[in-house]
Amino acid sequence: MGRVGRALAMLVTAGLVAGLSACGGDDGPTLTLYNAQHRDLIEVLLDAFTEETGIEVEMRSGGDAELANQLVQEGDSSPADVFATENSPAMTLVERAGGFSPLDRATLDQVPDQYVPSSGAWTGFAARSTVFIYNREQVTEDELPASITDLSGPQWQGRVGVAAGGADFQAIVSAVLAVEGEDATADWLAGLKRNAKIYDNNIAALRAVNAGEVPAAVIYHYYWYQDQAESGESSRNVDLHYFKNQDAGAFLSVSGVGVVAASDHQPEAQRLVSFLTSEAGQRALVDSGALEYPVSGQVTANPALPPLADLDAPDIDISTLNGPRVIELMQQADLL
Amino acid sequence: MYPRPLLLACVLVALLAAVPLFFVVGYTISVGWSQAWRLLVRPRVGELLVNTTELVAGGMATSAVLGTTAAWLVERTNLPGRRVWHVLLAAPLAVPAFVVSFGWVSLTSAAQGYPGALLIVTLAYYPLVYLPVGAALRGLDPALEESARSLGLGPWRTFARVVLPQLRPALLGGALLVGLHLLAEFGALQMLRFPTFTTAIYDQYRSSFNSAAANMLAGVLVLYCGVLVVAELGLRGRHRYARLGPGSSRPAVPARLGWFGVPALAGFGAVVVLALGIPLASIVRWLVVGTSTAFPAADLATATVTAAGLGLAGALTTVVLALPVAWLTVRHPGRIGTLLERSTYTANALPGIVVALALVTVSLRVLPAVYQTTTLLVAAYSIMFLPRATVALRAAVAQAPPVFDDVARALGLRPARVWWRVTLPLIAPGVGAGAILVFLAVVTELTATLLLSPTGTRTLATEFWSNTNDIDYGAAAPYAGLMVLLSAPATFLLTRSARRGP
Repeated sequence: MGRVGRALAMLVTAGLVAGLSACGGDDGPTLTLYNAQHRDLIEVLLDAFTEETGIEVEMRSGGDAELANQLVQEGDSSPADVFATENSPAMTLVERAGGFSPLDRATLDQVPDQYVPSSGAWTGFAARSTVFIYNREQVTEDELPASITDLSGPQWQGRVGVAAGGADFQAIVSAVLAVEGEDATADWLAGLKRNAKIYDNNIAALRAVNAGEVPAAVIYHYYWYQDQAESGESSRNVDLHYFKNQDAGAFLSVSGVGVVAASDHQPEAQRLVSFLTSEAGQRALVDSGALEYPVSGQVTANPALPPLADLDAPDIDISTLNGPRVIELMQQADLL
Repeated sequence: MYPRPLLLACVLVALLAAVPLFFVVGYTISVGWSQAWRLLVRPRVGELLVNTTELVAGGMATSAVLGTTAAWLVERTNLPGRRVWHVLLAAPLAVPAFVVSFGWVSLTSAAQGYPGALLIVTLAYYPLVYLPVGAALRGLDPALEESARSLGLGPWRTFARVVLPQLRPALLGGALLVGLHLLAEFGALQMLRFPTFTTAIYDQYRSSFNSAAANMLAGVLVLYCGVLVVAELGLRGRHRYARLGPGSSRPAVPARLGWFGVPALAGFGAVVVLALGIPLASIVRWLVVGTSTAFPAADLATATVTAAGLGLAGALTTVVLALPVAWLTVRHPGRIGTLLERSTYTANALPGIVVALALVTVSLRVLPAVYQTTTLLVAAYSIMFLPRATVALRAAVAQAPPVFDDVARALGLRPARVWWRVTLPLIAPGVGAGAILVFLAVVTELTATLLLSPTGTRTLATEFWSNTNDIDYGAAAPYAGLMVLLSAPATFLLTRSARRGP
């Protein structure tokens, strides 16, 4: 035990030192961000924020719905100061539980109305478009569906992939629910249960389509554009098809950010949200290579992306997207 | 009867271990009958039940066959290089199941689905049968077999009728461990797109955190675990397995394999290649060819130190908690002891995510001060991995004759000194083995760590998972390699102690 014991003791000491040195630092408060957005994107934005304000931010990562529900469960004792998601239904969930402080007027004025709920409890800071991807060897152009609701038809049996367990796809379902109503959505989900191959997330679905494991899938646009920009190795055989025509499948999902009501650092938290929606923050978003759309009118999206106006998204009031109801419907359809 | 302080300590440990169980049961009751029915009696639950059963039954059977065969070949034959094979065959313990899974699935998507899942869990978990069965074979008195042979039984029938029954506790115990692990396995199966109760609970958690649906599924899992534990108790029976009679047993004469040695060696080679070679080669390959490969030295070092520190803290705490339970069941056998001991098993079959969700709720309501602290995380590890420590300690305490304690007392040592100078040295190997088993589990633990650790904590497992989720296989590979490196010395120590064992 002698040598092993000494080695263990050294490891413990090293661990303690590492832990203590992490606690050091200057006197300003460190914000805690509950982050459901992609970690590499948010790290870029936070670095820009810290550089501008000197405020440090720590982040806790997870998915939209899990972090939203965690915030609700934590209630007043939540250690979070700011919450950022990939999709808006999780923001609405926290808002309905009274989990947000109202945002500063000046922050809300930075963002066009369509990306802000009427309550002003949180704001959008990025947007992404739904897209139908297909392997061009396996799907011909005349087979392409006109609407996302067509995917429940028999011609797509075993031929379409979805990441049913993820918040991205669940947000798309919430758009179908908002556009088509409850009965049509339930039927559509039942069709998907018959037709769809389930993947863990959008990247896995993209790779599966590229490899020909499944001919088509529904994902968000930026996964394809990111892969094209990097190496194209996961999207070489994949083409995009936008539904447009205000179809539910042309849904533009809004990533939200808000100040947590339980936060002890309200002014700093407001500053972070203000920064993310400011011109500087939005420019950092565009420059990050994440290839999501900025929401500010002052900043234009990466030129590689089709202009938002061309995508003809359905006109949906973002505060009506109902996450919990979507989960129930998906459970009833045995997709969850 | 029972010494009061010991009993009290055991009750406290059992209560701690049962927190997740109480939570799941309480939640189920609070949900109400009609909603529980709606969430449980639906085709999705049926699918999961079939998948889980196929995997658990298949995995236990293949692990039992492979583990027993390998153990017999290593312990009872004249196969060349048996010491080396022993280490190589136990080594897959150092490669976590989700790394084996990663190794296969990042090479070929053909690994997805049931056949792939069965192969991968077998390769990852058969050492749980191999090690105890090997130890039992080493401890068997060959006299019984020799009598059977001299009375006219052939070698196969001797094995089936004399050896196998004596291996029953080790074989069943190992298979039970495999089954419990499979019930709670998450990472490996999620990567293989093979949904079981545990992966479905994780999907529910992703969709709604701590929901009725997740807790209903966890409730089914608790029942499933109960069935396995009770079945094992029933099959093990009440036989005695200790050697009786004067003198001591001698080592068995190794069987001469002759030409049968060739397929045996080929089989060993295949197992080692599939269980060790493919995952390790895959890690190396991604390190070399991956487009996302990076060696962020500071991040890698922090994650390694964090994982090792948590592993040590978890191992120490768990062994301390397991000791009174093991002591009570061995030195004061009886119903209360058995009940307390078995109640610490339930959390072992609950996935980390369920234990974590229960602790989130309980700590927020009862002890907000420990929420998102290392303390709570270590408590979760202890709850989840208590049985690993208990099993190892129980064996050690059973082998430490109480008469030594009595002699030391009679010679005038005070109880605390007796403990320190006599008992502890006697049970030290068991303490070490238990601590190593817990350490190995903590280093690769994923879901509870994600949910309970202080904000900003990153371990090898969480970083590996986050990168594989983004399919950045190259970036994930260094974390996988470090997990194996960190586990390898512990596993090696374990094979050594198993070798020296009874």
